[in-house]
Amino acid sequence: MTHDELREIAEKERDEQSRVPRKLNVCVAAGCLSLRSDQVLDALQTGLRERGLEGGCRARGVGCMGLCAAGPLVRSEPQHTYYRELSPGAPEVLSAILDNLDGRPVPEFALSPDLPFFAAQQKIVLENCGEIDPERIEDYIAADGYEALLSCIAGRSPDDVVQEIIRSGLRGRGGGGYPTGLKWSMVAKAPGDRKYVICNADEGDPGAFMDRSVLESDPHRVLEGMIIAAYAVGATKGYIYCRAEYPLAVKRLKVAIRQAEKLGLLGKRIGDSQFGFEIEIRLGAGAFVCGEETALIASVEGRRGEPRQRPPFPAYSGLHHAATLLNNVETFANVPPILRKGGSWFSSIGTEKSKGTKVFALVGDVMNTGLIEVPMGITLRDLVYKLGGGIAAGRQFKAVQTGGPSGGCIPAQFLDMNVDYESLMTVGSIMGSGGLIVMDDSKCMVDVAKFFMDFTRDESCGKCIPCRVGTTQLHRLLERISEGNGKLEDLDTLDRLGTMVRRTALCGLGQTAPNPVRSTLKYFREEYVQHIAGKTCAQGRCPCAAKPAACTEKQGEPTDAGAKSIPG
Amino acid sequence: MPERNQYQVKTLTIDGREVCAAEDQTILEVARENGIDIPTLCHFDGLSEISACRLCLVEVKGNNKLLPACTTQAQEGMEVTAFSPELMEYRRLIVELLFTERNHVCAACVSSGHCELQALAQRLGVSHVTLPYLHVKCSVDGSHRRFVADHNRCILCARCLRVCGEVEGAHTWGITGRGINARMITDLGDRWGDSDSCTNCGKCVTVCPVGALVEKGKAVSEMTKSNFLPYLLQMRREARQ
Repeated sequence: MTHDELREIAEKERDEQSRVPRKLNVCVAAGCLSLRSDQVLDALQTGLRERGLEGGCRARGVGCMGLCAAGPLVRSEPQHTYYRELSPGAPEVLSAILDNLDGRPVPEFALSPDLPFFAAQQKIVLENCGEIDPERIEDYIAADGYEALLSCIAGRSPDDVVQEIIRSGLRGRGGGGYPTGLKWSMVAKAPGDRKYVICNADEGDPGAFMDRSVLESDPHRVLEGMIIAAYAVGATKGYIYCRAEYPLAVKRLKVAIRQAEKLGLLGKRIGDSQFGFEIEIRLGAGAFVCGEETALIASVEGRRGEPRQRPPFPAYSGLHHAATLLNNVETFANVPPILRKGGSWFSSIGTEKSKGTKVFALVGDVMNTGLIEVPMGITLRDLVYKLGGGIAAGRQFKAVQTGGPSGGCIPAQFLDMNVDYESLMTVGSIMGSGGLIVMDDSKCMVDVAKFFMDFTRDESCGKCIPCRVGTTQLHRLLERISEGNGKLEDLDTLDRLGTMVRRTALCGLGQTAPNPVRSTLKYFREEYVQHIAGKTCAQGRCPCAAKPAACTEKQGEPTDAGAKSIPG
Repeated sequence: MPERNQYQVKTLTIDGREVCAAEDQTILEVARENGIDIPTLCHFDGLSEISACRLCLVEVKGNNKLLPACTTQAQEGMEVTAFSPELMEYRRLIVELLFTERNHVCAACVSSGHCELQALAQRLGVSHVTLPYLHVKCSVDGSHRRFVADHNRCILCARCLRVCGEVEGAHTWGITGRGINARMITDLGDRWGDSDSCTNCGKCVTVCPVGALVEKGKAVSEMTKSNFLPYLLQMRREARQ
């Protein structure tokens, strides 16, 4: 496929689309699909046929529109009106929508696109989500898809591409925030003629679904980012490591790979050049630690998914000991627009050190749960109250948890802080992959810390002692406190043990596992004290709340009877 | 005689002492050569490094992360701190964690007196544990003709796995489960005695630092272990010269 042929396809597709003036975009990503949005789509298509409106309006499945709380969502074009909570079981609503395609929106179910949730977003990664049919490559091409790839191959040297990424200031979106351009240039400069590009789609943080939505809504964007990366660093083979719990994402990726191969955008002689690159999908078998890059590589190689000590970093010695570029889904998804619009355009968005936008999965006790993309540097208050629509009536904001099990809980006093990599670090949390769990005052912070500790304890691979035994002991201590059997010394032990695990664990999972405990101990220490001294949980979430205080006193575990000598 | 190392000597300091290292030596090797005994449990001369026990972590000036001495290459001008109050505190805590994990009752262990974990606890002054015992439930596999695998004593250092794969080439040992539920297994979780791949060589028993893999018919404190694999070390030294 040459550049001209690509433009021809784009022209043809745009022409065809413009012939149908009205559209009903139905979200068929996992969230809405679980509420049978496929049946909504069928019903709308049948309705259009019955009314003889097929020529004037097209109903089609598209990717995620973000406001998952109000799914299944349908957007009516060209008015941009959103319809919320449609159900295949309520055909009269669907009929009303079909009868009012040109007129006023059906008021009970309509959402204005001017709502802050939609209007305050700035979409780069999600620009096509909810706009295109994820299973049609022509839709993506009509939205300037693969334009960046073919112009790179035709007119830019690999080094030039790397420089553009460096100029953009893009940082890894998987959590660490490592400068992407620097990583690319390291792989490009590494010796060896066999190099790999791997896309990390093993998203596993509780409450996070950014990567899933991108893969389900716009898979070609990720492929294009990977192919450009391969061109830039000189790789010939790529893998997408996707967790098996995302069957829809895997299915759409497979479709996308086949379509791209058919059009000569993937495989041998891409864009009629000498450059060839192929992509294979590898499924993760449910281990969170395989999101860690060295464990992921071990898993792709067919070994047990355990991390290893770095250095050597994968950029020097990764898959099969070859230089390997490993980026997250969202990082790759940022690449095509950067090359289309220029690195300086991208770096004009965001803060001084954190450029561009970030996709967040806004979940928990906010009104508008869903997927959002906002410029870096937005305040937490805007995220929670403006986009999120605030906390449910009668409740107060208590904390927001960022970065999943590796992150921390940020209390209300920091609501006006800017959300970027550095600021989050200073308050003891991390950007992570972008999960934002908002908690209201009905949540007990000991319980929250226990939940995350249980998660990391369960997901620890068991290779290094601090993580294997340390997380189990931390969880045990939290359990004891939540049962009302804790002692005040336990707080020091939590701190001492947490510091040791953080400083000595082998990989990022262990090193960050104590963060939820550390941050809650720092900002909500009085709740811990209340559980220990008062033997009660004010929120009623811990086991100690269920028991009368008199009973709990006698139930101290026999194992905490102070010092025990080691026999022998 | 290969020339490659002749002018590649590096000088560095470990705890203030000036030492020198060949091109491909790790901090641990250099330290031990100079009588600085950085504690380890998963390391075994002649086997690959997995840096899993985290006992050999050291401080390197200019790097705010702790680095495992066993996998970190010595570099020119490096300033290494192998013993500091912070490192010793972590080491004691790691050993304590091991004691709380499974069953390490020395008085009833055939390796008592010849056990690296026991010796390390004594050396680091870990005389008691303050954390609750976890008592992870494990099995004892006595099905092998000559050896016993008591998983209650196992510290998951994976020396057996490495010596079996890297030296004997049998690949009998593996790991199943994860986190606190990780266990060493033979073949695909079969009984050791039923293993098709095991060659009965006993290398795993010899490298086991604790009383998890022992010979049958030994009484308490009879299990002596000899430091074998000398030929590998010799080969390594020769390759360096």
